[in-house]
Amino acid sequence: MRTRKSARASQYLALLGYLVFLAFPFLWLISTAFKPPRELGSLHPTWIPKDPTLANFRQAFDEQPLLDAALNSLIAAVGAAVIAVLIATPMAYVMARHRTRLAKAATGWVVVSQAFPFALVIIPLFLVLKNLRLINSVAGLIMVYVVWALPFALWMLVGYVRAVPTELEEAAAVDGAGKVRTLVSITAPLLAPGIVATALFAFISAWNEFFFALVLLKTPEKQTLPVVLTHFLGAEGVADLGPLAAAAFLATLPSLVVFAVIQKRITGGMLAGAVKS
Amino acid sequence: MKRSARGAPGGGDGPGGGRLVDHGAWFLVLPALIPILVLSVGPLLYGIALAFTDSQSGRTEPTQWIGTLNFQDLLHDTLFWDSFRIGLLWAVGVTIPQFLLALGLALLLNENLRFRWLARSLAIIPWAMPEVVVGIMWRLVYNPDAGILNETIRDLGLGEGRDWLSGLATALPAVIVVGVWAGMPQTTVALLAGLQNTPHELHEAAAMDGAGAWRRFRTVTWPALKPVALAITALSFIWNFNSFALVYVLTNGGPGGRTRLPMLFAYEEAFRYGQFGYAAAMGCVMVAVISVILALYLVGRLRGGEDA
Repeated sequence: MRTRKSARASQYLALLGYLVFLAFPFLWLISTAFKPPRELGSLHPTWIPKDPTLANFRQAFDEQPLLDAALNSLIAAVGAAVIAVLIATPMAYVMARHRTRLAKAATGWVVVSQAFPFALVIIPLFLVLKNLRLINSVAGLIMVYVVWALPFALWMLVGYVRAVPTELEEAAAVDGAGKVRTLVSITAPLLAPGIVATALFAFISAWNEFFFALVLLKTPEKQTLPVVLTHFLGAEGVADLGPLAAAAFLATLPSLVVFAVIQKRITGGMLAGAVKS
Repeated sequence: MKRSARGAPGGGDGPGGGRLVDHGAWFLVLPALIPILVLSVGPLLYGIALAFTDSQSGRTEPTQWIGTLNFQDLLHDTLFWDSFRIGLLWAVGVTIPQFLLALGLALLLNENLRFRWLARSLAIIPWAMPEVVVGIMWRLVYNPDAGILNETIRDLGLGEGRDWLSGLATALPAVIVVGVWAGMPQTTVALLAGLQNTPHELHEAAAMDGAGAWRRFRTVTWPALKPVALAITALSFIWNFNSFALVYVLTNGGPGGRTRLPMLFAYEEAFRYGQFGYAAAMGCVMVAVISVILALYLVGRLRGGEDA
Protein backbone atom coordinates (compact mmCIF):
# COMPACT_ATOMS: atom_id res chain seq x y z
CA MET A 1 0.00 0.00 0.00
CA ARG A 2 2.85 2.34 0.85
CA THR A 3 4.40 2.04 -2.59
CA ARG A 4 0.99 2.64 -4.07
CA LYS A 5 0.67 5.90 -2.16
CA SER A 6 4.11 7.16 -3.07
CA ALA A 7 3.42 6.26 -6.68
CA ARG A 8 0.31 8.42 -6.57
CA ALA A 9 2.28 11.25 -5.00
CA SER A 10 4.90 11.14 -7.72
CA GLN A 11 2.16 11.10 -10.34
CA TYR A 12 0.70 14.30 -8.90
CA LEU A 13 4.15 15.83 -8.76
CA ALA A 14 4.69 15.00 -12.43
CA LEU A 15 1.28 16.41 -13.30
CA LEU A 16 2.19 19.62 -11.47
CA GLY A 17 5.39 19.80 -13.49
CA TYR A 18 3.43 19.53 -16.72
CA LEU A 19 0.92 22.14 -15.58
CA VAL A 20 3.70 24.62 -14.89
CA PHE A 21 5.52 23.92 -18.15
CA LEU A 22 2.35 24.20 -20.23
CA ALA A 23 0.85 27.20 -18.48
CA PHE A 24 3.70 29.53 -17.60
CA PRO A 25 4.48 31.01 -21.03
CA PHE A 26 0.81 31.76 -21.59
CA LEU A 27 0.38 33.33 -18.14
CA TRP A 28 3.47 35.42 -18.81
CA LEU A 29 2.00 36.65 -22.09
CA ILE A 30 -1.19 37.74 -20.34
CA SER A 31 0.73 39.35 -17.51
CA THR A 32 2.95 41.30 -19.94
CA ALA A 33 -0.06 42.47 -21.94
CA PHE A 34 -1.49 44.25 -18.90
CA LYS A 35 1.68 45.84 -17.53
CA PRO A 36 2.31 49.59 -17.67
CA PRO A 37 5.61 50.68 -19.32
CA ARG A 38 7.20 51.38 -15.94
CA GLU A 39 6.80 47.77 -14.84
CA LEU A 40 7.90 46.43 -18.22
CA GLY A 41 11.13 48.41 -17.94
CA SER A 42 11.80 47.17 -14.44
CA LEU A 43 14.81 44.91 -14.06
CA HIS A 44 12.86 42.73 -11.67
CA PRO A 45 9.70 41.74 -13.51
CA THR A 46 6.77 40.53 -11.46
CA TRP A 47 4.27 37.81 -12.29
CA ILE A 48 1.21 39.90 -11.55
CA PRO A 49 1.07 43.52 -12.75
CA LYS A 50 0.87 45.87 -9.76
CA ASP A 51 -0.84 48.50 -11.86
CA PRO A 52 -2.77 46.64 -14.55
CA THR A 53 -3.61 48.80 -17.54
CA LEU A 54 -5.25 48.61 -20.94
CA ALA A 55 -2.85 51.16 -22.42
CA ASN A 56 -0.93 48.45 -24.28
CA PHE A 57 -4.05 47.44 -26.17
CA ARG A 58 -4.76 51.03 -27.18
CA GLN A 59 -1.18 51.51 -28.28
CA ALA A 60 -1.24 48.25 -30.25
CA PHE A 61 -4.26 49.45 -32.24
CA ASP A 62 -2.56 52.81 -32.84
CA GLU A 63 0.67 51.29 -34.07
CA GLN A 64 -0.60 48.66 -36.49
CA PRO A 65 -3.80 48.21 -38.52
CA LEU A 66 -5.03 45.45 -36.23
CA LEU A 67 -8.71 45.85 -37.04
CA ASP A 68 -8.14 45.58 -40.78
CA ALA A 69 -5.87 42.61 -40.21
CA ALA A 70 -8.45 40.90 -38.02
CA LEU A 71 -11.08 41.49 -40.71
CA ASN A 72 -8.80 40.01 -43.38
CA SER A 73 -8.12 37.01 -41.16
CA LEU A 74 -11.82 36.59 -40.52
CA ILE A 75 -12.69 36.69 -44.24
CA ALA A 76 -9.89 34.27 -45.12
CA ALA A 77 -10.74 31.85 -42.31
CA VAL A 78 -14.52 31.87 -42.78
CA GLY A 79 -14.19 31.67 -46.57
CA ALA A 80 -11.75 28.79 -46.38
CA ALA A 81 -13.81 26.91 -43.79
CA VAL A 82 -17.11 27.22 -45.66
CA ILE A 83 -15.72 26.34 -49.09
CA ALA A 84 -13.58 23.50 -47.75
CA VAL A 85 -16.53 21.87 -46.03
CA LEU A 86 -18.87 22.40 -48.99
CA ILE A 87 -16.57 20.61 -51.40
CA ALA A 88 -15.13 18.06 -48.96
CA THR A 89 -18.40 16.69 -47.63
CA PRO A 90 -19.60 15.08 -50.90
CA MET A 91 -16.16 13.66 -51.57
CA ALA A 92 -15.90 12.33 -48.02
CA TYR A 93 -19.26 10.68 -48.54
CA VAL A 94 -18.02 8.90 -51.64
CA MET A 95 -14.79 7.91 -49.89
CA ALA A 96 -16.67 6.47 -46.93
CA ARG A 97 -19.42 4.68 -48.80
CA HIS A 98 -17.89 3.51 -52.07
CA ARG A 99 -14.71 1.55 -52.17
CA THR A 100 -13.57 2.75 -55.58
CA ARG A 101 -10.05 3.21 -56.86
CA LEU A 102 -10.49 6.95 -56.62
CA ALA A 103 -11.55 6.74 -53.00
CA LYS A 104 -8.42 4.73 -52.27
CA ALA A 105 -6.25 7.20 -54.14
CA ALA A 106 -7.85 10.05 -52.21
CA THR A 107 -7.15 8.30 -48.92
CA GLY A 108 -3.52 7.87 -49.95
CA TRP A 109 -3.33 11.54 -50.86
CA VAL A 110 -4.70 12.50 -47.45
CA VAL A 111 -1.85 10.58 -45.82
CA VAL A 112 0.83 12.01 -48.12
CA SER A 113 -0.48 15.54 -47.72
CA GLN A 114 0.48 15.41 -44.05
CA ALA A 115 4.05 15.49 -45.27
CA PHE A 116 3.31 18.06 -47.91
CA PRO A 117 6.40 19.93 -49.06
CA PHE A 118 5.56 23.62 -48.62
CA ALA A 119 9.09 24.43 -49.73
CA LEU A 120 8.40 22.94 -53.13
CA VAL A 121 4.82 24.12 -53.57
CA ILE A 122 5.01 27.73 -52.51
CA ILE A 123 7.07 29.04 -55.43
CA PRO A 124 4.84 27.56 -58.17
CA LEU A 125 1.75 28.64 -56.23
CA PHE A 126 3.17 32.14 -56.04
CA LEU A 127 3.81 32.14 -59.80
CA VAL A 128 0.39 30.69 -60.64
CA LEU A 129 -1.47 33.15 -58.41
CA LYS A 130 0.64 35.98 -59.82
CA ASN A 131 -0.41 35.06 -63.34
CA LEU A 132 -4.02 34.93 -62.20
CA ARG A 133 -3.50 38.36 -60.60
CA LEU A 134 -4.42 36.88 -57.22
CA ILE A 135 -1.25 37.87 -55.39
CA ASN A 136 -1.92 40.27 -52.54
CA SER A 137 -5.57 39.30 -52.47
CA VAL A 138 -7.45 37.51 -49.74
CA ALA A 139 -9.33 35.58 -52.45
CA GLY A 140 -6.08 33.98 -53.61
CA LEU A 141 -5.21 33.14 -50.03
CA ILE A 142 -8.61 31.51 -49.51
CA MET A 143 -7.99 29.24 -52.51
CA VAL A 144 -4.72 28.09 -50.99
CA TYR A 145 -6.25 27.60 -47.55
CA VAL A 146 -9.10 25.52 -48.98
CA VAL A 147 -6.71 23.03 -50.55
CA TRP A 148 -4.54 23.13 -47.44
CA ALA A 149 -7.52 22.36 -45.18
CA LEU A 150 -8.95 19.62 -47.41
CA PRO A 151 -6.91 16.60 -46.25
CA PHE A 152 -7.78 16.95 -42.61
CA ALA A 153 -11.36 17.94 -43.43
CA LEU A 154 -11.74 14.82 -45.55
CA TRP A 155 -10.20 12.69 -42.83
CA MET A 156 -12.57 14.01 -40.17
CA LEU A 157 -15.62 13.88 -42.43
CA VAL A 158 -15.00 10.31 -43.60
CA GLY A 159 -15.05 9.32 -39.94
CA TYR A 160 -18.33 11.15 -39.38
CA VAL A 161 -19.93 9.60 -42.48
CA ARG A 162 -18.91 6.12 -41.35
CA ALA A 163 -20.61 6.80 -38.04
CA VAL A 164 -23.96 7.24 -39.83
CA PRO A 165 -25.41 3.73 -40.12
CA THR A 166 -26.08 2.65 -43.70
CA GLU A 167 -29.24 0.93 -42.46
CA LEU A 168 -30.89 4.34 -42.10
CA GLU A 169 -30.13 5.16 -45.72
CA GLU A 170 -31.28 1.74 -46.87
CA ALA A 171 -34.52 2.07 -44.95
CA ALA A 172 -35.18 5.39 -46.64
CA ALA A 173 -34.47 3.81 -50.02
CA VAL A 174 -36.94 1.01 -49.25
CA ASP A 175 -39.50 3.63 -48.38
CA GLY A 176 -39.08 4.95 -51.87
CA ALA A 177 -36.89 7.99 -51.24
CA GLY A 178 -34.48 8.81 -54.05
CA LYS A 179 -30.74 9.00 -53.55
CA VAL A 180 -30.68 12.78 -53.32
CA ARG A 181 -33.64 12.91 -50.96
CA THR A 182 -32.04 10.33 -48.71
CA LEU A 183 -28.83 12.33 -48.60
CA VAL A 184 -30.57 15.60 -47.90
CA SER A 185 -33.18 14.48 -45.40
CA ILE A 186 -31.51 11.54 -43.64
CA THR A 187 -27.72 11.73 -43.92
CA ALA A 188 -27.13 15.49 -43.89
CA PRO A 189 -28.89 16.22 -40.58
CA LEU A 190 -26.99 13.41 -38.86
CA LEU A 191 -23.74 14.71 -40.29
CA ALA A 192 -24.38 18.33 -39.35
CA PRO A 193 -22.50 18.37 -36.02
CA GLY A 194 -19.49 16.73 -37.66
CA ILE A 195 -19.58 19.20 -40.53
CA VAL A 196 -19.67 22.11 -38.10
CA ALA A 197 -16.73 20.71 -36.13
CA THR A 198 -14.76 20.23 -39.33
CA ALA A 199 -15.54 23.76 -40.49
CA LEU A 200 -14.43 25.20 -37.15
CA PHE A 201 -11.19 23.26 -37.34
CA ALA A 202 -10.55 24.59 -40.83
CA PHE A 203 -11.34 28.06 -39.49
CA ILE A 204 -8.69 27.79 -36.75
CA SER A 205 -6.08 26.44 -39.16
CA ALA A 206 -6.63 29.36 -41.52
CA TRP A 207 -6.85 31.94 -38.72
CA ASN A 208 -3.48 30.79 -37.36
CA GLU A 209 -1.67 30.27 -40.68
CA PHE A 210 1.41 32.35 -41.35
CA PHE A 211 3.70 31.06 -44.12
CA PHE A 212 1.36 31.33 -47.12
CA ALA A 213 0.01 34.65 -45.88
CA LEU A 214 3.54 36.02 -45.54
CA VAL A 215 4.44 35.06 -49.10
CA LEU A 216 1.17 35.91 -50.84
CA LEU A 217 0.11 39.16 -49.14
CA LYS A 218 2.35 42.10 -49.89
CA THR A 219 0.75 45.31 -48.61
CA PRO A 220 -0.11 45.93 -44.94
CA GLU A 221 -3.79 46.66 -45.59
CA LYS A 222 -4.23 43.20 -47.15
CA GLN A 223 -2.30 41.23 -44.56
CA THR A 224 -3.77 38.86 -42.01
CA LEU A 225 -3.31 39.08 -38.26
CA PRO A 226 -0.30 36.75 -37.87
CA VAL A 227 1.64 38.68 -40.54
CA VAL A 228 0.77 42.06 -39.04
CA LEU A 229 1.85 40.78 -35.60
CA THR A 230 5.40 40.31 -36.90
CA HIS A 231 5.54 44.03 -37.75
CA PHE A 232 5.56 44.71 -34.01
CA LEU A 233 8.92 42.99 -33.82
CA GLY A 234 10.58 45.75 -35.82
CA ALA A 235 13.66 45.45 -37.98
CA GLU A 236 16.13 44.94 -35.15
CA GLY A 237 13.89 42.54 -33.35
CA VAL A 238 13.64 45.05 -30.52
CA ALA A 239 10.01 45.50 -29.75
CA ASP A 240 7.71 47.43 -27.53
CA LEU A 241 6.90 44.49 -25.30
CA GLY A 242 3.56 45.73 -23.95
CA PRO A 243 1.72 46.34 -27.25
CA LEU A 244 3.36 43.25 -28.74
CA ALA A 245 1.98 41.08 -25.93
CA ALA A 246 -1.41 42.77 -26.07
CA ALA A 247 -1.80 42.23 -29.82
CA ALA A 248 -0.57 38.63 -29.60
CA PHE A 249 -3.02 37.93 -26.79
CA LEU A 250 -5.93 39.34 -28.81
CA ALA A 251 -4.97 37.36 -31.91
CA THR A 252 -5.15 34.13 -29.92
CA LEU A 253 -8.53 34.66 -28.32
CA PRO A 254 -10.77 33.64 -31.26
CA SER A 255 -8.99 30.36 -31.88
CA LEU A 256 -8.85 29.60 -28.16
CA VAL A 257 -12.59 30.14 -27.84
CA VAL A 258 -13.40 28.05 -30.93
CA PHE A 259 -11.00 25.36 -29.82
CA ALA A 260 -12.57 25.21 -26.38
CA VAL A 261 -15.96 24.69 -28.02
CA ILE A 262 -14.88 21.89 -30.35
CA GLN A 263 -12.01 20.44 -28.32
CA LYS A 264 -13.81 17.21 -27.52
CA ARG A 265 -14.88 16.70 -31.10
CA ILE A 266 -11.42 17.36 -32.54
CA THR A 267 -9.62 15.15 -30.09
CA GLY A 268 -12.42 12.63 -30.50
CA GLY A 269 -12.06 12.77 -34.28
CA MET A 270 -8.32 12.51 -34.04
CA LEU A 271 -8.62 9.65 -31.57
CA ALA A 272 -10.89 7.80 -33.94
CA GLY A 273 -8.61 8.57 -36.87
CA ALA A 274 -5.48 7.49 -35.05
CA VAL A 275 -7.06 4.25 -33.98
CA LYS A 276 -8.64 3.39 -37.30
CA SER A 277 -6.09 4.52 -39.86
CA MET B 1 -4.76 -1.11 -37.85
CA LYS B 2 -5.01 -0.78 -41.59
CA ARG B 3 -7.67 -2.18 -43.83
CA SER B 4 -9.91 -2.84 -40.84
CA ALA B 5 -12.86 -1.32 -42.68
CA ARG B 6 -12.69 -3.76 -45.60
CA GLY B 7 -15.77 -5.88 -45.66
CA ALA B 8 -17.13 -4.08 -42.64
CA PRO B 9 -20.74 -2.92 -42.65
CA GLY B 10 -21.04 0.29 -44.60
CA GLY B 11 -18.71 -1.04 -47.23
CA GLY B 12 -21.60 -0.54 -49.56
CA ASP B 13 -20.82 -1.37 -53.11
CA GLY B 14 -19.70 -4.96 -53.05
CA PRO B 15 -16.23 -5.78 -54.26
CA GLY B 16 -15.81 -2.35 -55.87
CA GLY B 17 -12.36 -1.27 -56.88
CA GLY B 18 -13.07 -1.94 -60.52
CA ARG B 19 -14.49 1.39 -61.47
CA LEU B 20 -12.83 4.71 -60.78
CA VAL B 21 -15.94 6.26 -59.35
CA ASP B 22 -19.37 4.86 -58.86
CA HIS B 23 -21.72 5.96 -61.62
CA GLY B 24 -23.31 9.23 -60.76
CA ALA B 25 -20.80 9.94 -58.00
CA TRP B 26 -18.53 12.08 -60.18
CA PHE B 27 -20.45 15.24 -59.41
CA LEU B 28 -19.85 14.59 -55.74
CA VAL B 29 -16.11 14.19 -56.19
CA LEU B 30 -15.22 16.84 -58.75
CA PRO B 31 -15.72 19.92 -56.54
CA ALA B 32 -12.90 18.72 -54.30
CA LEU B 33 -10.87 16.96 -56.95
CA ILE B 34 -10.41 19.94 -59.26
CA PRO B 35 -8.94 22.31 -56.63
CA ILE B 36 -6.72 19.50 -55.39
CA LEU B 37 -5.34 18.88 -58.86
CA VAL B 38 -5.00 22.55 -59.78
CA LEU B 39 -3.62 23.93 -56.52
CA SER B 40 -1.73 21.03 -55.03
CA VAL B 41 -0.73 18.29 -57.45
CA GLY B 42 -0.17 20.81 -60.26
CA PRO B 43 2.12 23.13 -58.29
CA LEU B 44 4.02 20.11 -56.99
CA LEU B 45 4.88 19.00 -60.55
CA TYR B 46 5.50 22.61 -61.61
CA GLY B 47 7.86 22.97 -58.63
CA ILE B 48 9.87 19.93 -59.66
CA ALA B 49 10.10 21.31 -63.20
CA LEU B 50 11.23 24.72 -61.89
CA ALA B 51 14.16 23.09 -60.15
CA PHE B 52 15.64 22.38 -63.60
CA THR B 53 15.33 25.97 -64.82
CA ASP B 54 17.04 29.28 -64.12
CA SER B 55 13.74 30.91 -63.13
CA GLN B 56 14.20 34.18 -61.29
CA SER B 57 11.85 36.92 -60.18
CA GLY B 58 11.75 40.14 -62.15
CA ARG B 59 14.06 38.98 -64.93
CA THR B 60 13.33 40.03 -68.48
CA GLU B 61 15.01 37.21 -70.45
CA PRO B 62 12.88 34.08 -70.78
CA THR B 63 13.40 31.24 -68.35
CA GLN B 64 15.68 28.47 -69.67
CA TRP B 65 16.12 24.80 -68.95
CA ILE B 66 19.50 24.32 -67.32
CA GLY B 67 19.38 20.62 -66.52
CA THR B 68 20.83 19.65 -63.19
CA LEU B 69 22.88 22.82 -62.78
CA ASN B 70 20.89 23.95 -59.73
CA PHE B 71 21.50 20.63 -58.05
CA GLN B 72 25.21 20.77 -58.84
CA ASP B 73 25.39 24.25 -57.32
CA LEU B 74 23.41 23.04 -54.33
CA LEU B 75 25.93 20.27 -53.77
CA HIS B 76 28.64 22.90 -53.18
CA ASP B 77 26.46 25.33 -51.24
CA THR B 78 27.84 24.97 -47.73
CA LEU B 79 25.26 27.40 -46.37
CA PHE B 80 22.47 25.11 -47.57
CA TRP B 81 24.07 22.04 -46.04
CA ASP B 82 24.58 23.96 -42.79
CA SER B 83 20.89 24.74 -42.74
CA PHE B 84 20.12 21.15 -43.65
CA ARG B 85 22.20 19.89 -40.75
CA ILE B 86 20.50 22.39 -38.43
CA GLY B 87 17.13 21.25 -39.76
CA LEU B 88 17.90 17.63 -38.93
CA LEU B 89 19.30 18.57 -35.49
CA TRP B 90 16.20 20.62 -34.81
CA ALA B 91 13.80 17.94 -36.03
CA VAL B 92 15.46 15.21 -33.95
CA GLY B 93 15.97 17.58 -31.01
CA VAL B 94 12.30 18.46 -30.96
CA THR B 95 10.74 15.14 -31.91
CA ILE B 96 12.40 12.89 -29.32
CA PRO B 97 11.87 14.98 -26.15
CA GLN B 98 8.42 15.87 -27.41
CA PHE B 99 7.55 12.22 -27.77
CA LEU B 100 8.89 11.28 -24.34
CA LEU B 101 7.19 14.20 -22.60
CA ALA B 102 3.93 13.56 -24.43
CA LEU B 103 4.09 9.89 -23.54
CA GLY B 104 4.47 10.78 -19.87
CA LEU B 105 1.61 13.23 -20.04
CA ALA B 106 -0.61 10.79 -21.93
CA LEU B 107 0.07 8.09 -19.32
CA LEU B 108 -0.81 10.56 -16.54
CA LEU B 109 -3.97 11.71 -18.30
CA ASN B 110 -4.98 8.10 -18.70
CA GLU B 111 -4.83 7.64 -14.91
CA ASN B 112 -7.65 8.55 -12.65
CA LEU B 113 -6.10 11.71 -11.25
CA ARG B 114 -7.70 14.84 -9.93
CA PHE B 115 -6.99 18.04 -11.93
CA ARG B 116 -6.65 15.82 -14.97
CA TRP B 117 -9.18 18.04 -16.77
CA LEU B 118 -6.98 21.07 -16.09
CA ALA B 119 -3.94 19.42 -17.62
CA ARG B 120 -6.07 18.23 -20.53
CA SER B 121 -7.31 21.75 -21.28
CA LEU B 122 -3.89 23.33 -20.81
CA ALA B 123 -2.26 20.73 -23.00
CA ILE B 124 -4.50 21.83 -25.84
CA ILE B 125 -3.59 25.54 -25.65
CA PRO B 126 -0.39 25.36 -27.71
CA TRP B 127 -2.36 23.63 -30.44
CA ALA B 128 -4.95 26.39 -30.61
CA MET B 129 -2.44 29.24 -30.67
CA PRO B 130 -1.11 30.74 -33.89
CA GLU B 131 2.55 29.75 -34.25
CA VAL B 132 3.43 33.42 -34.57
CA VAL B 133 1.92 34.06 -31.15
CA VAL B 134 3.76 31.09 -29.66
CA GLY B 135 6.98 32.61 -30.98
CA ILE B 136 6.18 36.07 -29.64
CA MET B 137 5.16 34.62 -26.29
CA TRP B 138 8.43 32.76 -25.84
CA ARG B 139 10.40 35.83 -26.89
CA LEU B 140 8.76 37.55 -23.93
CA VAL B 141 9.77 34.63 -21.70
CA TYR B 142 13.35 34.62 -23.01
CA ASN B 143 13.71 38.40 -22.96
CA PRO B 144 17.08 39.08 -21.31
CA ASP B 145 15.88 41.93 -19.08
CA ALA B 146 12.13 41.77 -18.74
CA GLY B 147 11.65 38.03 -19.26
CA ILE B 148 10.47 35.63 -16.60
CA LEU B 149 13.15 33.04 -17.32
CA ASN B 150 16.12 35.19 -16.35
CA GLU B 151 14.17 36.63 -13.42
CA THR B 152 13.55 33.10 -12.13
CA ILE B 153 17.23 32.27 -12.57
CA ARG B 154 18.15 35.39 -10.59
CA ASP B 155 15.58 34.61 -7.91
CA LEU B 156 16.96 31.11 -7.49
CA GLY B 157 20.45 32.55 -7.20
CA LEU B 158 21.67 30.68 -10.26
CA GLY B 159 23.37 33.72 -11.79
CA GLU B 160 22.38 36.62 -13.99
CA GLY B 161 20.81 34.69 -16.84
CA ARG B 162 21.61 35.48 -20.45
CA ASP B 163 20.25 36.49 -23.82
CA TRP B 164 19.14 33.01 -24.79
CA LEU B 165 17.99 33.64 -28.34
CA SER B 166 21.06 35.66 -29.39
CA GLY B 167 23.71 33.40 -27.92
CA LEU B 168 25.56 31.28 -30.48
CA ALA B 169 25.47 28.27 -28.18
CA THR B 170 22.03 28.77 -26.62
CA ALA B 171 19.91 29.82 -29.62
CA LEU B 172 19.23 26.36 -31.05
CA PRO B 173 18.48 24.70 -27.68
CA ALA B 174 16.25 27.65 -26.82
CA VAL B 175 14.17 27.34 -29.99
CA ILE B 176 14.05 23.56 -29.56
CA VAL B 177 12.38 24.01 -26.17
CA VAL B 178 9.73 26.15 -27.86
CA GLY B 179 9.27 23.53 -30.58
CA VAL B 180 8.73 20.85 -27.95
CA TRP B 181 6.20 23.01 -26.12
CA ALA B 182 4.31 23.88 -29.28
CA GLY B 183 4.03 20.35 -30.65
CA MET B 184 3.16 18.47 -27.47
CA PRO B 185 -0.64 18.53 -27.82
CA GLN B 186 -0.86 16.62 -31.10
CA THR B 187 1.52 13.95 -29.86
CA THR B 188 -0.22 13.69 -26.50
CA VAL B 189 -3.67 13.37 -28.04
CA ALA B 190 -2.49 10.72 -30.49
CA LEU B 191 -0.79 8.70 -27.74
CA LEU B 192 -3.79 9.08 -25.47
CA ALA B 193 -5.88 7.63 -28.28
CA GLY B 194 -3.55 4.68 -28.48
CA LEU B 195 -3.70 4.20 -24.72
CA GLN B 196 -7.47 4.28 -24.63
CA ASN B 197 -7.41 1.63 -27.28
CA THR B 198 -5.60 -0.75 -24.92
CA PRO B 199 -8.05 -3.06 -23.23
CA HIS B 200 -8.22 -2.21 -19.55
CA GLU B 201 -8.73 -5.85 -18.53
CA LEU B 202 -5.24 -6.68 -19.75
CA HIS B 203 -3.78 -4.14 -17.33
CA GLU B 204 -5.78 -5.49 -14.46
CA ALA B 205 -4.84 -9.04 -15.27
CA ALA B 206 -1.17 -8.09 -15.42
CA ALA B 207 -1.45 -6.20 -12.14
CA MET B 208 -3.08 -9.21 -10.51
CA ASP B 209 -0.21 -11.34 -11.69
CA GLY B 210 1.98 -8.96 -9.73
CA ALA B 211 3.60 -7.19 -12.66
CA GLY B 212 5.20 -3.89 -11.68
CA ALA B 213 4.45 -0.63 -13.44
CA TRP B 214 7.43 -0.90 -15.78
CA ARG B 215 6.69 -4.48 -16.73
CA ARG B 216 3.05 -3.68 -17.31
CA PHE B 217 4.13 -0.82 -19.57
CA ARG B 218 6.53 -3.00 -21.50
CA THR B 219 4.35 -6.04 -21.93
CA VAL B 220 0.85 -4.59 -22.18
CA THR B 221 0.88 -0.85 -22.91
CA TRP B 222 3.76 -0.47 -25.33
CA PRO B 223 2.86 -3.25 -27.79
CA ALA B 224 -0.62 -1.78 -28.18
CA LEU B 225 0.73 1.75 -28.42
CA LYS B 226 3.53 1.07 -30.87
CA PRO B 227 1.71 1.66 -34.17
CA VAL B 228 0.34 5.02 -33.02
CA ALA B 229 3.70 5.96 -31.50
CA LEU B 230 5.50 5.17 -34.73
CA ALA B 231 3.01 7.11 -36.83
CA ILE B 232 3.05 10.23 -34.67
CA THR B 233 6.85 10.20 -34.41
CA ALA B 234 7.24 10.03 -38.19
CA LEU B 235 4.68 12.79 -38.64
CA SER B 236 6.21 15.05 -35.99
CA PHE B 237 9.62 14.63 -37.54
CA ILE B 238 8.27 15.70 -40.92
CA TRP B 239 6.28 18.61 -39.50
CA ASN B 240 9.30 19.78 -37.55
CA PHE B 241 11.69 19.45 -40.45
CA ASN B 242 9.30 21.59 -42.51
CA SER B 243 8.62 24.17 -39.84
CA PHE B 244 8.98 27.86 -40.47
CA ALA B 245 6.83 30.33 -38.53
CA LEU B 246 8.06 29.52 -35.04
CA VAL B 247 11.74 30.03 -35.75
CA TYR B 248 11.07 32.90 -38.17
CA VAL B 249 9.51 34.81 -35.27
CA LEU B 250 11.92 33.66 -32.55
CA THR B 251 15.29 34.27 -34.23
CA ASN B 252 14.69 34.63 -37.98
CA GLY B 253 17.46 32.09 -38.41
CA GLY B 254 20.03 33.96 -36.31
CA PRO B 255 22.41 34.36 -34.65
CA GLY B 256 24.83 33.82 -37.52
CA GLY B 257 22.59 31.23 -39.14
CA ARG B 258 22.63 28.97 -36.07
CA THR B 259 18.88 28.43 -36.27
CA ARG B 260 18.41 28.86 -40.02
CA LEU B 261 16.16 25.90 -40.83
CA PRO B 262 15.99 24.73 -44.48
CA MET B 263 12.57 26.32 -44.93
CA LEU B 264 13.89 29.70 -43.78
CA PHE B 265 16.80 29.33 -46.17
CA ALA B 266 14.59 28.38 -49.11
CA TYR B 267 12.19 31.22 -48.29
CA GLU B 268 15.00 33.79 -48.33
CA GLU B 269 16.49 32.39 -51.49
CA ALA B 270 13.13 32.53 -53.27
CA PHE B 271 11.47 35.65 -51.96
CA ARG B 272 14.34 37.87 -50.89
CA TYR B 273 16.86 37.03 -53.62
CA GLY B 274 14.29 35.92 -56.21
CA GLN B 275 16.12 32.67 -57.07
CA PHE B 276 13.02 30.62 -57.83
CA GLY B 277 14.73 27.77 -59.70
CA TYR B 278 17.44 27.37 -57.10
CA ALA B 279 14.99 27.45 -54.19
CA ALA B 280 12.81 24.87 -55.98
CA ALA B 281 15.85 22.60 -56.18
CA MET B 282 16.22 22.98 -52.40
CA GLY B 283 12.59 21.99 -52.06
CA CYS B 284 13.26 18.86 -54.14
CA VAL B 285 16.12 17.83 -51.86
CA MET B 286 13.95 18.38 -48.77
CA VAL B 287 11.15 16.32 -50.28
CA ALA B 288 13.59 13.54 -51.11
CA VAL B 289 14.68 13.38 -47.46
CA ILE B 290 11.09 13.37 -46.26
CA SER B 291 10.25 10.58 -48.69
CA VAL B 292 13.05 8.48 -47.24
CA ILE B 293 11.65 9.04 -43.75
CA LEU B 294 8.15 8.13 -44.91
CA ALA B 295 9.56 4.98 -46.52
CA LEU B 296 11.36 4.05 -43.31
CA TYR B 297 8.14 4.59 -41.41
CA LEU B 298 6.18 2.38 -43.79
CA VAL B 299 8.81 -0.36 -43.52
CA GLY B 300 8.69 -0.07 -39.72
CA ARG B 301 4.92 -0.26 -39.82
CA LEU B 302 4.92 -3.35 -41.99
CA ARG B 303 7.44 -5.01 -39.74
CA GLY B 304 5.39 -4.01 -36.68
CA GLY B 305 2.42 -5.72 -38.36
CA GLU B 306 4.37 -8.95 -38.67
CA ASP B 307 5.33 -8.87 -35.01
CA ALA B 308 1.76 -8.54 -33.88
